Amino acid sequence: MSAATQEGARWVGQGVLRKEDPELVTGQARYVDDLTLPGMVWMTVVRSPHAHARIVGVDVAEARARPGVVAAFSGEDLASEFAAGLPCAWPIPTTHWPEPFDSDPRMPTHWPLARDKARFAGDGVAVVIADSREHARDAAESVVVDYEPLDPALDLEEAAADGAPVVHDELGNNRCYTWSLSGGEPEQVFLSSPVLVHERYRHPRLVPNAIEPRGVLVQPVAAQGEFTIWSATQIPHILRTTLALTLGIPESKLRVIAPDVGGGFGSKLNVYAEEVLCLAVARKLGRPVKWIEDRSEAYVATIHGRGVIQDIELAATEEGKLRGVRVKLLADMGAYYQLVTPGIPLLGAFLYGGVYDIEAYHFECTGVLTNRTPTDAYRGAGRPEATFAIERAMDALAHRVGKDPAEIRRLNYIPPFDEPHPIAAGLQLDSGNFVSQLDRALELVGYDDLRKQQKARRDGGGAKQLGIGLSSYIEMCGLAPSQVLAALNYVAGGWDAAVVRCHPTGKVTVVTGTSPHGQGHVTTWSQITADRLGVTPDDVEVLHGDTAISPLGMDTYGSRSLSVGGVALWHATGKILDKAKTIAAHELEVSEEDLEWRDGAFRVKGAPDKAKTVPEIAFSAWTAHALPEGVEPGLEATSVWDPPNFTFPSGTHVCVVEVDTETGETEILRYVAVDDCGEVINPMIVEGQVHGGVAQGIAEAMYEEAVYDEAGNLVTNSMLSYRVPSAAELPAIETDRTVTPSTTNPMGVKGIGEAGTIGSPPAVVNAVADALVPLGVTSVEKPVTPERVWRAIRDAKEAR
Amino acid sequence: MKAISVTVNGEQHEAEVEPRQLLVYFLREQLGLTGTNVGCDTSTCGSCTVLVDGRSVKACTLLAVQADGAEVTTIEGLGTDGELHPLQRAFHEQHGLQCGFCTPGMIMAALGLIEENGALDDEAIRAGLEGNLCRCTGYQNIVAAVRAASAELAGARS
Repeated sequence: MSAATQEGARWVGQGVLRKEDPELVTGQARYVDDLTLPGMVWMTVVRSPHAHARIVGVDVAEARARPGVVAAFSGEDLASEFAAGLPCAWPIPTTHWPEPFDSDPRMPTHWPLARDKARFAGDGVAVVIADSREHARDAAESVVVDYEPLDPALDLEEAAADGAPVVHDELGNNRCYTWSLSGGEPEQVFLSSPVLVHERYRHPRLVPNAIEPRGVLVQPVAAQGEFTIWSATQIPHILRTTLALTLGIPESKLRVIAPDVGGGFGSKLNVYAEEVLCLAVARKLGRPVKWIEDRSEAYVATIHGRGVIQDIELAATEEGKLRGVRVKLLADMGAYYQLVTPGIPLLGAFLYGGVYDIEAYHFECTGVLTNRTPTDAYRGAGRPEATFAIERAMDALAHRVGKDPAEIRRLNYIPPFDEPHPIAAGLQLDSGNFVSQLDRALELVGYDDLRKQQKARRDGGGAKQLGIGLSSYIEMCGLAPSQVLAALNYVAGGWDAAVVRCHPTGKVTVVTGTSPHGQGHVTTWSQITADRLGVTPDDVEVLHGDTAISPLGMDTYGSRSLSVGGVALWHATGKILDKAKTIAAHELEVSEEDLEWRDGAFRVKGAPDKAKTVPEIAFSAWTAHALPEGVEPGLEATSVWDPPNFTFPSGTHVCVVEVDTETGETEILRYVAVDDCGEVINPMIVEGQVHGGVAQGIAEAMYEEAVYDEAGNLVTNSMLSYRVPSAAELPAIETDRTVTPSTTNPMGVKGIGEAGTIGSPPAVVNAVADALVPLGVTSVEKPVTPERVWRAIRDAKEAR
Repeated sequence: MKAISVTVNGEQHEAEVEPRQLLVYFLREQLGLTGTNVGCDTSTCGSCTVLVDGRSVKACTLLAVQADGAEVTTIEGLGTDGELHPLQRAFHEQHGLQCGFCTPGMIMAALGLIEENGALDDEAIRAGLEGNLCRCTGYQNIVAAVRAASAELAGARS
């Protein structure tokens, strides 16, 4: 039995209200833009208006003469500041994985300010530093840049072709890598299967839109060569290491603090030019430097997500039993590699077979450079794309063989398993019970009844038709086993760390290597600690997001925090218990074997009143008056957990829509999400993650899309033209859970941060497509805007 | 520079401001009231919502000089004697926030909505908060929080 379900759990499993909230609801939070330092100056970045242009000259003289201006620099002016370009931690070579690769990965050069060419509209070409936000902004308009515009490489397929404008001249073409993997005998399976389905899906680029824009503040102590960096980042630890390498500053002289951070969704899982530039300028000027992103700037200067074209093929029997999946991707890298740009498609590479029992698999992805904002991790990262492809294709297969979408899934699920289970793509799933999630979701939504209502509406022939969409997803998260990361050519580890410090007064400090920005780790970690050590959540203080306080950490992304950092905490409390037990036995004058942990204390078996609590032991460990021989004073432990496998959350979502076939408008009538994230520490927080994740997935399915014009300018460049949905657009979400404990860690936890965003887009689009079946519509692309739906209906009519 | 007199959270301030200064930067940078956040530059996200003379206003749509003579309430002005305001408490109890960045604006917008309309149903809450964006919660628990607080506040008023 896992920890989370162990008898006597008082706090784990409860919807404990968040300890984070009081400062956030009263305006006492401290985001980067809330911080001000004496002598602070403001930085503004001058950005290219061209998607692709040679930089003939940058003249900052006029800007330097403007009121309040302290300095202005071009890319060439700062060239000597950098020991290396901006980091990419996941260089992907061309290879058939896991075979060794012959040639080094092709890596585009990425300086914090462009020197020779501007490679996307928004590429930084100069910085202006002034005594106020307004002066810096005013003066930026006086920087004169002489551009020689070049043809841009924009369309993904055209950019991949020979003869396209080349984004990075030294690479010769825009194709960065082709990475593939196979399992089983895909060619044989496809040749011998009577039913073949081929689908093509496009994933537009998405703009992450964390409500807090990015921001950086750097305080130098010039005389010591020391710097403190506050950044709106998900990754203070990774940022510290990479800043040290990029700027040639000893890592021990850098302290990175992620203060309160206003959402990330992957967009703050990066090392950005502005972070490096603020530090370089602060070092050069010896003054504190601050940069705060405008929202319109965020649309071009913060990474985008998705941007993939997929060709997916299914091989099946006449009955619809799936045998093989083959998929080929083109993935838009944008103009440069950011921190993990080329690796994002690989996070989905193993998952295009979904939750289905298949015998053969082939995945192939080509990464392509274009003259657009770099892409990188956006909530789900690779896995929403994989889930969308297989779940849309499963519906296509259902139509092809004349089966109901629920029936085709039920026929093909991997049967329930609670030991690691190999899949054709080559990973071991940790545990799963997919059919139970489907059953629960269908029951909650009232599936059979809905199908009857749908039939009645179809028979009635009215304008408003019902559609029911299913999506069964699985994701790999809990990033990650370090050895697997190494095999995938990722240059960092996947472990995380926790320190537990028991104070003599009975209070506990937990230091975590994760870096929450809305996920509620302070509360959840307090619950885990409280149950493990027999204290209350209020007795526990959780510290995070400051490399001086928590030097060991790998930060927060990829739904990893609980299943890696939380498990590290579990192990650290285990070490505390081991030591406390030794001391307790000594004080109670019994052997350790005579003690049991019950009701929050070590008790003598058969004489439960003879007991010692952890706070009592913490006090005696601190006085050290009578410790057993060889036991050090103090009660503190550190643990670093490197998981042996990924975790694999899964679930089934059902979306019910009403589509107005005259206007193309879609309304979501019901949304049911049944998720399985293994054991649950705080159900309130888990539900909140599902709500937010599903909302983002619905936004992806129905509203959001980065649209470019022919010159390579982002047309949807603000919250006015890019539709981040409000409360008025989104439905209430009905949630439930199944619990299949993970076999990857002793807590049985899997992770929930991205599940909603992964499961929901195909549920919504499948629902819209389902509503349009009687009209002969066979495909509809996301986002399913009224215009797209209306056009799909019209095209189907014309084709008949 | 222009002289203005503004009452903020019950306290009167005489200040010199640049004519182009937005109310939100006056509050944040001159008065140090950083609870009001800036999330966009198109008056879309609503993070900077405050009450001006009792009505909810996006503080990035108003110049500081336009607030001359007005009474402004920010998130720091809610709650008394260390007690949370019913809306602040409801957001906490209903898990109506995650990262918290949109929360001050969301609470102020909800307060304006309740003061104008009394108790609200879900549909009215969703429509009424259309001008405030949240990227974390999917709004579900925000709606629940505003529903709970609106019932409590309307009950207290009647």
